[in-house]
Amino acid sequence: MSTRDSAPGSAGGADVPGPLHGGPDDDYTPERLATMSREELDLLGARYDSVQVLHVDPAPEPGSPVEKAAVRQVALTFALAGLAAFAALVIYVGSGWFLPDWQWDITESGWSALFTPLIGALGGLSLTLVGVGMVLFTKKLLPHETAVQDKHDGSHFDRVTTGATLVGGLHNTGLARRKLITRSLVFMGSGVGLMLLMPLGGLIRNPNTGDPLGRTSWAEGVRLLRDDGSPIRPGDQQPGSLETVFPAVPGGNRESDAATMLIRLRPEQVSVDRPRGGQEDFGYGDYVAYSKICTHAGCPVSLYEQETSRILCPCHQSQFDVTRGALPVFGPATRPLPQLPITVDDEGFFVARSDYIEAVGPTYWNRERI
Amino acid sequence: MARTATAPGVPTTRLGKAAVEFDDRLIVAGPLRRTLNKVFPDHWSFLLGEIALYSFVILLISGTYLTFYYDAAMTEVVYEGTYAPMRGLEMTAAYESTLYLSFDVRGGLFIRQVHHWAALLFVAAIVVHLMRIFFTGAFRRPRETNWLIGIGLLLLSFAMGFTGYSLPDDLLSGTGLRIISAIILSIPVVGTWVHWAVFNGDYVGEEILGRLYIVHVLIVPAILLALIAVHLLLLVKQKHTQFPGPGRTEHNVVGNRLFPAFAGKAGGLFFIVFGVVAALGGLVQINPVWLWGPYNPAQVSAASQPDWYVMFLDGSTRLFPAWDINLPGNYTIPALFWPTVVLPGIIFTLMAAYPMIERKLTRDEASHHLLQRPRDVPVRTSLGMMALAFYVVLLISGGNDVIAEKFDISLNAMTWAGRIGLIIIPPLAYVLTYRICLGLQKHDREVLEHGLETGVIRRLPHGEFIEVHQPLGPVDEHGHGQLAYGGAPVPKRMNQVGGARRAIRGFFKPIEEPVQVEIEQRRDEHGLAAAESRELTTSGRPSDGGRPQEPRD
Repeated sequence: MSTRDSAPGSAGGADVPGPLHGGPDDDYTPERLATMSREELDLLGARYDSVQVLHVDPAPEPGSPVEKAAVRQVALTFALAGLAAFAALVIYVGSGWFLPDWQWDITESGWSALFTPLIGALGGLSLTLVGVGMVLFTKKLLPHETAVQDKHDGSHFDRVTTGATLVGGLHNTGLARRKLITRSLVFMGSGVGLMLLMPLGGLIRNPNTGDPLGRTSWAEGVRLLRDDGSPIRPGDQQPGSLETVFPAVPGGNRESDAATMLIRLRPEQVSVDRPRGGQEDFGYGDYVAYSKICTHAGCPVSLYEQETSRILCPCHQSQFDVTRGALPVFGPATRPLPQLPITVDDEGFFVARSDYIEAVGPTYWNRERI
Repeated sequence: MARTATAPGVPTTRLGKAAVEFDDRLIVAGPLRRTLNKVFPDHWSFLLGEIALYSFVILLISGTYLTFYYDAAMTEVVYEGTYAPMRGLEMTAAYESTLYLSFDVRGGLFIRQVHHWAALLFVAAIVVHLMRIFFTGAFRRPRETNWLIGIGLLLLSFAMGFTGYSLPDDLLSGTGLRIISAIILSIPVVGTWVHWAVFNGDYVGEEILGRLYIVHVLIVPAILLALIAVHLLLLVKQKHTQFPGPGRTEHNVVGNRLFPAFAGKAGGLFFIVFGVVAALGGLVQINPVWLWGPYNPAQVSAASQPDWYVMFLDGSTRLFPAWDINLPGNYTIPALFWPTVVLPGIIFTLMAAYPMIERKLTRDEASHHLLQRPRDVPVRTSLGMMALAFYVVLLISGGNDVIAEKFDISLNAMTWAGRIGLIIIPPLAYVLTYRICLGLQKHDREVLEHGLETGVIRRLPHGEFIEVHQPLGPVDEHGHGQLAYGGAPVPKRMNQVGGARRAIRGFFKPIEEPVQVEIEQRRDEHGLAAAESRELTTSGRPSDGGRPQEPRD
């Protein structure tokens, strides 16, 4: 084959297939292939793909009772699949038309409660039957071949020749000798690579500016509000009860770290109450307020068992003892729940005396430093 | 192609002509034939990976549908939709769009539940597929790369699961997100920085759902899709492994060609998987977000649990003792860091490195295409069972509050049982599995040497009773089988070697001639009919060697 052809009007290359064509097309001429049967051709092709059909269990004989039974079975499966599919369609389209409306209604029974299950049941049945029909067809109506295909390991020829091309190309670049280029490439590569990653820098923000993890909206004089926004007086709660309170700031009841539990201790709890050192005056009378955000993984600790004075976090079952400064007594939490210092303002409503004196919520690396 | 147009064998039918036109342009006949002729081995356990693949297809289809309605915005809106109990409630636009999808889109709830069920099945199929690969040694050279890709797929499926179930922004998913936030914060040194990068500030911020959404619908699926493509490409390139058996060697694959037998079965399996997921999606309620309510950082419901595949990490978090490490300079490594970051890190590193570790320890550098039966590799099998026991203890502990409540057990006792169980059950599982493997190996050898127990008792002339054993192959002069164990299942019952004739087909009345079946079996050397000359004489005991045999008639 030549890449140069000087014939007048030629585009420059020979217009006949080169001798590299080769392969089975040379071994088997169209005339020879025309003499072979379909089965022979199938097996011939398979042989070129290193596949040999060892053994064939023939399909059931046409017209035999076995075949008839199998055909009936497969056809019935497909027909049922179609039936279920159309039934699903009727329910989907017909609801709200000639069938009752599919939309949810307050009674939670009737057609709206059946709509989704029916679609699922019929649709699922239909698709499953399609699958079953296909498997039955394959198993009962197709001949069972046992074929064997050879595995080829990597070819030594391919490795050597590819290696030669790669090494040759690399050699021609002369990069091994031309150190100046290699060095400038390394320099360029690191520079361009970093430059392409540069925009990700916009994601990085300093978590320590203003200590957002250590502060909440609580501050001196901020009232304790219920979720509905009403303030609380000391007489409002029964002994032994717990109320979740929020700071009286806009959106205070949606803040992720401000939720606080206001607990009124029972008299017998008051008598054994041992707050943490330096926090003896954080409570007000028989009231104490602790952060609701678990010091373990940040879930709201919600389950207060006043008989045992324990608050349980439902996420990982840390337990905190209310009469011991909300000290963790069981489970994975390590730190007590921070206590909110509270008092009563001149109108008689509960207010915070300051923000929490430590960070609320889960522990982090430099928590103790800020 | 004037040459072929005049050549013999040119198709005359319309379809044939169309095919030639097609191939003239695209030249696909060769590759197509190679694909159609590809041989797939036939074993049920090879379908597990397919189930994962089909679940992924279902996930792509159903997920695309969900994106038509879902809105990843965290702006506060007031619900005014169909679901009466929630009307007037403040919630994020994300949660509102989830409710809209569930209550105001015809069939939307069905698709959402299909998506969730398919996700659960996807991870489950991957895990079981991984177990199959592990216990049969299919990860050995040359398939380490595909093992690594598989581990990557498993990790990505976790990422898909987590980002996916955070999207509805209901109370449960918000609680999960809160825990993730705490986990990120717990990373030493960079935790708070990573948190600020991911959430664009303190928890919860305004951006996180939009970011999770794009990760869930574009970034991770794209990587998943690419990795699945490489996974399958490598599988085609390296060809399947197969269990040892007649005619099966390290250099071939015995089974069905892709077309039509394998394609029929695989296509059938796809529809069955699709059908089962669809039925689950319609009939079995999952994640009824309207019952959980909108996310509120101050609220949580009892028994808040993640989807099953993350439960083991929830379990480890519950079990890990309260051990903060306080470093000089007032730095802290939170206890939460160990069970949620370090432990999965170790688990997945060990899993990914296992093929390399085993290769180093066994010095087995050879290529393997024949699978191993778990009993034949007792150490690996026992290690796997040990890991599985560890995993199951964590999984159960992930729901220990529910178990404690349902069975009226102390919650603290459940936690301690988990902590102690985590240490003592895995070694027990190792020892037990090892003994079982050895026992099974011994029984295989026993059958090969002494034959199958036939259940036929015979009285010898001197009065002794023996149970007649059926040798599986030729025997030596002592009556001992000469077959060596080849790694393939050894028949353990007479019916497995054709002790009984196969049943005549037909449900109400026979649809084939018993005589024909008899002839067929005789031809294929199946069944007792073909084995009249087989020897059924020895007791199979070594002491029978050299004893006078019963005269044969």
